Amino acid sequence: MNTLTDAVPDSIPQARASTAAPTAPVRPLYWSLRRELWENRALYIAPLIVAALVLFGFFVGVGHITSDVNRIQIDPDKRQAVTAIPYAMAAIAIMVTGFVVAAFYCLGALHNERRDRSILFWKSMPVSDLKTVLVKASVPLLVVPVILFAVIFAVQLVMLAVSAMVLLPSGVRFATLWTQWPIFRMSVVLAYGLMTETLWYAPIWGWLLVVSAWARRAPFLWALLPPIGVIIIELFAFGSGHFAHFLGQRLGGGLDAAFSDTGSHQAMVDMAQIDPARFFGSLDVWGGLVVGAGFLAAAVWLRRTRDPV
Amino acid sequence: MACIEARGLRKAYGATVAVDGVDLTVQEGRILGLIGPNGAGKSTALNAILGLTPFQGELKVLGLDPWRQRDELMRDVCFIADVAVLPRWMKVSQSLDYVAGVHPRFDRAKAEAFLAKTSIKRTSRVRELSKGMVAQLHLALVMAIDARLLVLDEPTLGLDLLYRKSFYDTLLNDYFDHSRTIVVTTHQVEEIQHILTDVVFIDGGRIVLNRSMDEFEAHYAEVMVRPEDLAAARALGPIHERAVFGRSILLFDGVDHAKLAAFGDVRTPSIADVFVALIGGAHAQGVAA
Repeated sequence: MNTLTDAVPDSIPQARASTAAPTAPVRPLYWSLRRELWENRALYIAPLIVAALVLFGFFVGVGHITSDVNRIQIDPDKRQAVTAIPYAMAAIAIMVTGFVVAAFYCLGALHNERRDRSILFWKSMPVSDLKTVLVKASVPLLVVPVILFAVIFAVQLVMLAVSAMVLLPSGVRFATLWTQWPIFRMSVVLAYGLMTETLWYAPIWGWLLVVSAWARRAPFLWALLPPIGVIIIELFAFGSGHFAHFLGQRLGGGLDAAFSDTGSHQAMVDMAQIDPARFFGSLDVWGGLVVGAGFLAAAVWLRRTRDPV
Repeated sequence: MACIEARGLRKAYGATVAVDGVDLTVQEGRILGLIGPNGAGKSTALNAILGLTPFQGELKVLGLDPWRQRDELMRDVCFIADVAVLPRWMKVSQSLDYVAGVHPRFDRAKAEAFLAKTSIKRTSRVRELSKGMVAQLHLALVMAIDARLLVLDEPTLGLDLLYRKSFYDTLLNDYFDHSRTIVVTTHQVEEIQHILTDVVFIDGGRIVLNRSMDEFEAHYAEVMVRPEDLAAARALGPIHERAVFGRSILLFDGVDHAKLAAFGDVRTPSIADVFVALIGGAHAQGVAA
């Protein structure tokens, strides 16, 4: 009897400990991500500011646009292209802002914590270097594209509503507007474009994170100097520009890899040009992902071994 | 089970040997003071214990290899390395949210209760707090974690006396419960002498002294010797001698206290005095202890 009564109080805390200890593995990841957004509010504030500027410009210029639209009412194809331009420009402006902010985020992500020695606090928590680096990599790979999609979609919706308010009194039917401004088709293109651009830039995010984890100071310079150095050496030693061309391809070739060229000269890529088979069949894409993953592995190793600066 | 078990622990940075063959065993439930001059290898040894740096030799912390099994180890170990390493952009409330989010052993209510005793506001950012308040916040976060080993590396550096005193008082009264182990380094040795159960001196990467405080008190004795007895007292082989107000204070190691009582009042020396006696001589100039 004694052993039984003794055993009961012992077993209860044990049972409680075993149910409490293994928290859902996503919970630390979620809070690690929250912490990145607390520290780097520019990730969503910068796209929002650009969105506000775009909308302001659109409100001011909405009169011109509608008169332009009415003038070229005869040719529906041309009209659609013209009306799409502000939407595309809004999307591009916000997207470029988002990617630039993401690049600066990556440069600081593993550097700032060493510079202000807060890494000693982060490392006192049970979050491994692998998890930390993966969470930080998920910011440019996942969080920024999602923010950009939401902001761009909202901006385009507001732009559509404003144009509708301006145009409807002049006798244009709403159904016509809907077909002329294919916002939902555009958002499919947008989502696909954001996803492919983000993946296309994987080696760049990886490179910036590695430099961030490695550099003692001035990660921005260290990120730029090696590629510029290779370009200069190649130019003077061999008189060629293969590496410069290669880099240019990586920086600007994402759309080419993701969208098929239908020969049209439209300002906007559209639904018909979405070409996942081309993108995911591309050796450049997979090569980039492999290099990006290699850089991330190096960043994990560096975070483990580098001292605070 | 030993909390920390080191055999031939060694760490070199290039040609500089920071830790040079350290053997150390720390049992659970002890409060160990790791004392040494700047550059003695304290922080390197602690970094090895915390899995922050690879090392040579054998080292087990709570039965785990801290370098290879760091992720597992950090669930049971917490540390404050240096003052004011909390991220400056963080809000006090965010720091609570974050630790509660990532640490399965964090008791938020406990941290809140501790913070309630301070003047720290939840809405403040760390950069707006004084250095002493940042240390209080860090201690509040760390004390609310149910860790088996807590490592404190100069946790009160640069704080004023009142903050330092309340820091160690809180640690002893609200945290330490004889099943946890605490390892602490500090230059303000005299302030932690009363809370330690063990003391280790480290110099040049080697352990110079490793004793429990009971042994320390039994071994070392300090006597203020009358001038006329000085020659007789010196014959007993003091390890250190210093003059205060024209009278000599002699420090003895392992000499019968009863014998010493003949020369004057025998008292337990401070850790600082023994430190100076053992290590101060090796360094040409006195080292701030």
